[in-house]
This record gives sequence, structure tokens and C-alpha cells, in this order.
Amino acid sequence: MTRDEAFLQFLLRMGDNTLVLGHRVSEWCGHAPVLEEDIALANTALDLIGQTQMWLALAGEVQGEGKSADDLAFLRDAWDFRNALLVEVPNGDFGRTLMRQFLFDSWHKLMLERLKGSSDERVAAIAEKAVKEVTYHVERSRDTVIGLGDGTEESHARMQEALDYLWPYVGELFTGDAVDAEMVAAGIAPDPASLRADYDAIMAEVMAEATLSIPKSGFAHKGGRDGRMHTEHLGHLLTSMQWLQRAYPGARW
Amino acid sequence: MKNEWPLWEIFIRGQHGMSHRHVGSLHAPDAAMAIKNARDVYTRRNEGVSIWVVEAQHVAASSPSDKGPLYEPSESKVYRHPTFFDIPEEVGAM
Repeated sequence: MTRDEAFLQFLLRMGDNTLVLGHRVSEWCGHAPVLEEDIALANTALDLIGQTQMWLALAGEVQGEGKSADDLAFLRDAWDFRNALLVEVPNGDFGRTLMRQFLFDSWHKLMLERLKGSSDERVAAIAEKAVKEVTYHVERSRDTVIGLGDGTEESHARMQEALDYLWPYVGELFTGDAVDAEMVAAGIAPDPASLRADYDAIMAEVMAEATLSIPKSGFAHKGGRDGRMHTEHLGHLLTSMQWLQRAYPGARW
Repeated sequence: MKNEWPLWEIFIRGQHGMSHRHVGSLHAPDAAMAIKNARDVYTRRNEGVSIWVVEAQHVAASSPSDKGPLYEPSESKVYRHPTFFDIPEEVGAM
């Protein structure tokens, strides 16, 4: 694997995470429990799609086959996607959606903070811009996790259920491979595992405040960020996200 | 509805040096979330640099039925407008 091949994989991982999560969050548009949350979720989704445009545009540039961010988003199939499994699992109820958001946002912020110091200026510039949005995302999802976790008996039970369901998808965010080793060697991105201690400290603090228990098991699903085995859910998501470009190739507005 | 979040009145300052203006209201469980919701509902098109939130129940308001005694007396007192002075041109727009 050349450095550019590894760089491309890294950029797809970043861009596919924000693309797939952005799409998932956008599924709430018009369906959230209250108007204020509906708008807030739509704003988050739009932030994530905006970040996707930057990551995938750079991915297309590095790939050098003349593909745009749109080409990469709408014309790849499930096995070409490099997002972590966490972001493709279905929304579930509002609580699970916000729990997933908090689990992802916390990782995302730590990652972007490190990427601000990337040896690649383009990566550093994207991180610089995105981290401001993500700082807000994590403030909001954190407050909601605490509010619902330490809320009513029902909201607490639903949040604990959400954490139990989602926790096995967290480990993948911190599992490095040859691509990551190459990125570390190039000074482009940090070793994913090096973010884990800070992440665990945040989780311990917030989940304690939310009166939720972090599952003891260290089991981690994998296969998303290396594309080996996505969940069955990704294909369904892509069907809905990509159908227009598939049905009317090249359609514009 | 008994389970509804309280209503908050939202004030946004558009730019430095301007005063906060009432822009609308929204529901939120507490003041901190009201500020966050206001950020998402009222500043998503770059409208503000500062947000105030006040729980609506704490706003004391004049009664619409007092309109006559409160406001009509001032209608006939045009001399209270500072429009009877000649402004020197060099002062510019006021």
C-alpha cells in the first residue's frame, strides 16, 4: 500500500463517517419529538454533510481519477464504504439516536483536535473548520444524554438500553490497522488507539452524571472502517440516499 | 399539556454595539437548553453574536385593554418628537 492509497482510505473513513451519520440524523427531519429538537438535528445533519463535502472532495483529489465528492457519495456501493459501523446502525428511538450522537461526537472532537496538527495542510484546514461545529454537537448530545439518563424512570431505562446496544460499536473507532500506521508515519493522523484514554475519561464522567452504567464487556464489532463487513443496514440506507442518482444518472438541480 | 417544557422568550443581539431584540419564543426544559435551542432555531443564518433567554412567565406585560389610557394621550403631542430643530448639514444622518 502506497502512502497515497493509505491517505485515500483515511479520507474515505472520515468522509463516510460524516456522510452516513449525516444521512441517519437527517432521517429525523420532520419527525423529532419537538420542533426545537427537529431543527437542532437538521442543523447537525447539515454540518456533517458539509464536512463530508470537504473530506470526499479531498479524497477524490488524492485518488486522482477525476471523481467529485458527489461521485464518491452517490455512486459507490456498500462494500466501498469505510465508515465505522456505529454510524450506520438504525436510529431507534430519539434516546438511542442521541446516545449514538454522543458516542460519535466525543470521538469526533478528540480526532479533529488532533488533526488540526496534521502534517497535511488540507487535513488541518478541514479539521480546524469542522471542530467548531463538532464542539457544539458534543455539548448538545452530552446534555441530552445526561438529561434523559438522569431523567424519568422510562427515559433512564431507554438510555441504558441504548448504551448497552451501542457500546459494542465503540471499540472499532479505536482499532488501528496498516492504513493508520501509514498515516501515523506520515504525521497526517494520530493512532486511533491513542484517543482511547481521553475518550474513556469523558465517558466515565458523563455516564456517571447521567446515572448510566457503561457495559463491562470489551467486545467490539468490526468491519466498517476497513470495509470488510458492514451491517445489513448500510445497504438499505444507501438505497434511500442514492436512488435519485442511480435512477437518473447525472441529474442536477 | 402538563408535560410541556416551559416557554422561553428569546432575545438576540445582531452585532456588537446593537441592543438585544426580541426574535420569538421556544420551549426548553431549562435555561441552558433554551440558549442551545435558540442558537439552533434563531441564529442558523448567522443572525447573532449574543443570546438572552427569559422564561416567559417572568415577563410582566401591559394589558391590551389599557391601550386607551396608556397610549392615546401621547398621540396629540407631536411636540415631543425632536423634529422641530434644523439639523446642520455637517452633522450628517442622525
